[in-house]
Amino acid sequence: MSPIPLYSAAALILFGIGLFGLAAHPYLVRKIMAVNVMAGGVFLFLISLAYAPAGRHPDPVPQAMVLTGIVVAISTTAFSLFLVRQIEAKSTGSDQMNQADHVD
Amino acid sequence: MWTELPGLFLLLPFAGTGLVFLLPNQTRPYGGLLAAILLFLAPWAIAADVYTNSPIDMNLGGWPQPLGIGIYIDGLSVLFLLLTAVVGLLVSVYAWSYFSLPENKTKEPHFWPLWLILWGGLNALFSTADIFNTYVLLELVGISAAALTALAGNLLSLTAALRYFLVAVAGSLAFLLGVGFIYAQTGQLDMYTVAQSAPDTSLMAAAFGLISVGLMSKTALFPFHFWLPPAHGNAPAPISAALSALVIKGSFFVLLKFWFVVFHGLSGPEQTGWILGILALAATLWGSYQALIQSRLKLIIAYSSVGQLGYMFLIFPLLSGVLDPGWKLQAWAGCGYQVLSHGLAKAALFLAAGNLIQASGTDNIHQLRNIAVCLPMTSFTMGLAGVSLMGLPPSGGFMAKWLLLQAILASGQWWLALVPVLGGLLTAGYIFRLLSHTFVSDTQAACYGRVFWGMDKTALFLALSSILIGFRAQEVVFFLQERTPILALGGGGP
Repeated sequence: MSPIPLYSAAALILFGIGLFGLAAHPYLVRKIMAVNVMAGGVFLFLISLAYAPAGRHPDPVPQAMVLTGIVVAISTTAFSLFLVRQIEAKSTGSDQMNQADHVD
Repeated sequence: MWTELPGLFLLLPFAGTGLVFLLPNQTRPYGGLLAAILLFLAPWAIAADVYTNSPIDMNLGGWPQPLGIGIYIDGLSVLFLLLTAVVGLLVSVYAWSYFSLPENKTKEPHFWPLWLILWGGLNALFSTADIFNTYVLLELVGISAAALTALAGNLLSLTAALRYFLVAVAGSLAFLLGVGFIYAQTGQLDMYTVAQSAPDTSLMAAAFGLISVGLMSKTALFPFHFWLPPAHGNAPAPISAALSALVIKGSFFVLLKFWFVVFHGLSGPEQTGWILGILALAATLWGSYQALIQSRLKLIIAYSSVGQLGYMFLIFPLLSGVLDPGWKLQAWAGCGYQVLSHGLAKAALFLAAGNLIQASGTDNIHQLRNIAVCLPMTSFTMGLAGVSLMGLPPSGGFMAKWLLLQAILASGQWWLALVPVLGGLLTAGYIFRLLSHTFVSDTQAACYGRVFWGMDKTALFLALSSILIGFRAQEVVFFLQERTPILALGGGGP
């Protein structure tokens, strides 16, 4: 059996887990990790598209997309972690997003 | 025309960002404003070329399809580019004054590079024909917009920025997964090539769902609107104006391209258009109602965006439903008009709100008593922008509603008419409530802060533009109908 369906299914499950985590977790750092799990799922799916059986060249386009995507994911993670640190510095307490909302 | 102009135009803001970043802090505004003037002028040359000749179709670096990355600037792109140019220049002039105020001075060096990246990202988003490139540009716009939101630096704006950013990134990832599905199915990334080769399979239907939901959450369509009011309401005034006038239009533009070019001909848009009609109605009612009960000035304007987005989303049930091609063209023109007039009027309102807050020192409308005495021009601006949002003639907002309403009645989906009718009534409600508080004359006017000439006049100019756009119907409709060969309108693409 070709490994592609297995990879694709795993990728979609990862994406779903990440999406659930983003919605369910109140803690900001966990939300950021959840977004990274989602991104991991998308990248796994894209890279599985590049698969080619032995003796044939893999498709370079999905690999280029994943490389670009990883660069984007690193910058977004770094930026959101910076925002979390700023929020923590201003709010002195737990990093729950709901708590900050109640300031309104 | 000079054939290198579109490429240079797309490069300019990014080159400008790099140069401005290298400048010392005191001189950054000069570099930023120079770049803004060039970015304002260039799209008019491109628009003139598209108007007299045809849409611009080119491949960056000369690589032919399917290897190259396509640039395709049609009439729809031109209108979004011109809106960005006008709002962008006036917001830049406003920001020049706003960030030279002593309390905002420390933020000035950060504003200009981020603002140019955002502007460049939007310009490229309106010009690209490549679906993966679209993903990268969506992320670029999202990250710079969130960073600008956080620039206010207080806890509220930082939290709002992070919440906005997480939604934007999740939306982009859903979009990217959809792009992956499209590539798995077709092996293509060019919008028009995909449109010609896409079979109507369940994989394409899944891509359609992921991309639509991802973009709807980035555009803040009800029920994904929850991040918008805090983000737009807590950002600094010039940034709120850019976010509501331009940034949400970026993902809306991409949604138009995917529904009516990439997925046109598949069963997805046809079967689900009515769902977006229901969401548009809910957005208009909920957003306008919330705007009516808020007491913070900028939150009223932000919730008004949630409501006004409902008008724009009417295009999806209208264009994917059963409708005579002539009426479809008319609905299309109405939607374009709504994008332009809402962008101009909303930017004017946010800038005027910034002036009121600057002068009175408060964001609470109950304390804005008699502020019209010290800022007559700003109150006039709010009135003018309100006229366009309500859709009174002869404003651009009136043109939009008139065109949409006729198409709705012709389509037989009469319940969609509730959007412009009830939306207009509720809009009148919150605009008059806003104005009445600025004219309460039982007390002394409370004017503390100073408002620069540039801040007053830029807001006024935007509000005037949102009215005057109603008089340029011929050109706007020509761009939308004759220069946008979009497949859903019977055009053949490039």
